Amino acid sequence: MASGAVRTLSAMFCGLVFGLGLAISGMMNPAKVIGFLDVAGDWDPTLAFVMGGALLVAVPAFRFIPKRPRPVLEDDFSLPTKKTLDAPLLGGSALFGIGWGLVGFCPGPAVAALGTGLPVVLAFVAAMLSGMALYSWLSGKAG
Amino acid sequence: MEDFTPISGFVGGLLIGLAVTLMLLLNGRIAGISGIVGGLLTLRGRDIHWRAAFVAGLVLGALAYIATAGETGSVRVLASLPAVLVGGLLVGFGTRLGSGCTSGHGLCGMARFSKRSIAATATFFGVAMITVYLTHHAL
Repeated sequence: MASGAVRTLSAMFCGLVFGLGLAISGMMNPAKVIGFLDVAGDWDPTLAFVMGGALLVAVPAFRFIPKRPRPVLEDDFSLPTKKTLDAPLLGGSALFGIGWGLVGFCPGPAVAALGTGLPVVLAFVAAMLSGMALYSWLSGKAG
Repeated sequence: MEDFTPISGFVGGLLIGLAVTLMLLLNGRIAGISGIVGGLLTLRGRDIHWRAAFVAGLVLGALAYIATAGETGSVRVLASLPAVLVGGLLVGFGTRLGSGCTSGHGLCGMARFSKRSIAATATFFGVAMITVYLTHHAL
C-alpha cells in the first residue's frame, strides 16, 4: 500500500481534474443547470452532453478497472455493495431533487463554485453542510 | 436563458469522467461528492486527509479555470436567499439519506449499471424537473 501522503495527493489531483471539468462544462453555473431541468421553458440540453462525455469514459473504466486485483494505491476497492431499492434511497433522492430544482446546485458544482467567493455560494454550501450534519446527527441517534 | 454549449459541455464531461476513472484506478473509490464531503463531517482519523484533499482539489480546479478564463460571472444563482437556504438543506440532507448525488449515483453508479443508482438518478432528475416546472411556470 502506498503512503498516506501519496494517496492524499492522488485524491487532490482527482478533485482538481473534476473541478476543472465542472467549470469547463458550464455545470458550475446554476442558471445553466436550471436551463436543462426546465423542459417546459427555453430548454438547454448541455447537461446531457456533459453526462454523455463523462459516461463515455466512466462506463469502460467501471467495467474493467474493478477486475484488477487491487487499486494502484490501496489494498482494496471500496465500492458500494447494497443492491436493493429502499425508502431512504428514493425518499432522499426526492428531497435532493427538490433542493436541486429550487437552486440549480448539486454538491459538486456548489463546492467547486466556492472558488468564486460569491456570498450566495457560501450560503448554499453552509446550508448543505447543515443538512448533512443534521442527517448524521439523526442517523446517529437512530443507530 | 443560457446559451447551448455542447462542445465545452462534452469536453468538461470527458474530464469529469477522467477524474472518476483516476479515483477508481488509484484510490479504489467512488468519486461521489456528497459522500466525500459528508464523510468529512462524521469521520475521524486517516480518512479525513484524502477527503479534505479531494475537496481542496475540486475548489482549486474551478479556481484554475476562473483564473485563466476570467469568468467569475459565469456562476449565476437565480433563486432568492430563502430558497437558496432551503434548497441547500434539502440537497445536504437528501443526498446523505439517499446515499449519493449527481456524481456518485448519476455518474459512477450509472456507469456501474447499479439498479439503486439508476432508480436514484431517475428520481432526483424527475423531481428536480417537476420542481422547476412548478416554480417557473405554475406558481
